[in-house]
Amino acid sequence: MKLDSLTILNAERAARRAAILVTDLDDGAQRVVREAEIAADPLADILAKRLASGKSGLIELDGRQVFFTVQAPPVRLVVIGAVHISQALCPMAAALGLSVAVIDPRTAFATPERFPDIDLVAEWPDDAFATRLAPLDRYCAVAALTHDPKIDDPALIAALHAGCFYVGALGSKKTHAARVARLEQAGFSEAEIGRIAAPIGLNIGAISPAEIAVSILAQIVAAQRAPRSGPVA
Amino acid sequence: MLSTDNDILSAAESWRRDGRTVALATVIETWGSAPRPVGSHLVVDGDGNFLGSVSGGCVEGAVITEGLDAIADGRPRVVEFGVADETAWRVGLSCGGRIRVFVEPVT
Repeated sequence: MKLDSLTILNAERAARRAAILVTDLDDGAQRVVREAEIAADPLADILAKRLASGKSGLIELDGRQVFFTVQAPPVRLVVIGAVHISQALCPMAAALGLSVAVIDPRTAFATPERFPDIDLVAEWPDDAFATRLAPLDRYCAVAALTHDPKIDDPALIAALHAGCFYVGALGSKKTHAARVARLEQAGFSEAEIGRIAAPIGLNIGAISPAEIAVSILAQIVAAQRAPRSGPVA
Repeated sequence: MLSTDNDILSAAESWRRDGRTVALATVIETWGSAPRPVGSHLVVDGDGNFLGSVSGGCVEGAVITEGLDAIADGRPRVVEFGVADETAWRVGLSCGGRIRVFVEPVT
């Protein structure tokens, strides 16, 4: 590999942007395709599918063996609310390989006893992103679960601004209608607000906290893996 | 310390910038129960120092040798290891799997 290609791959990773290294195994020819360059590439379809799957792999193209090294930033899940559902959600999300953080300024909820081995930030969302946590980006999923607009709304606003690939909010249709009105007031368009999955989770008739956690994670996986429906990892 | 594949690409770059000769190995295909997934990396320098893993230890020695050869002749190569390989008695995968590895110099 040319040092230039290696340098680009490392720089893109450091910036939390995806890139794919395309190697012709027959002659060793290589090129790096940055995420933003995929759409205009001759191999756009193959590259988009590879990026959606997040997996490196070998493909035969016109009788030549071509290897695709897929480099996608690790996906983060930021949970707003150190609540009962979050307690079920966090270990399941970790099992899926997501890097998980929980934000809740209410110190009675945000205790290490309730969230062992989880990155727990007992701050308001804006403070948490300004200090303890890396800023949100496209490779983040945000699930707002507190039921409290004072805590959920700033996180949802930050998630929409950052273009997070998944934004979900707990609450009934009535609660969400009030939320939509507040976000419109804050200047968001209908399309932007429409990106929020609410009521959160796939409709599987979930009742218990663990079942609701499954429905949320299933929705996150769908957002992550479904080709061409938003950013992928 | 356990290295991720990302650490390995960073190491490959910094080693090369330090003036060391470097080769990079990447698992490109696996069959059966292979211990490391497709896309796994190993980096080796001209003195045989290495980081990362392509097989969990079974064939690293042979991959390092291929890396040194790639550094010496400047050419990339594809090597295969596994029970069906004629070298199985020498360097095989005890798990019964097979892997193909792309080994290339960093230039």
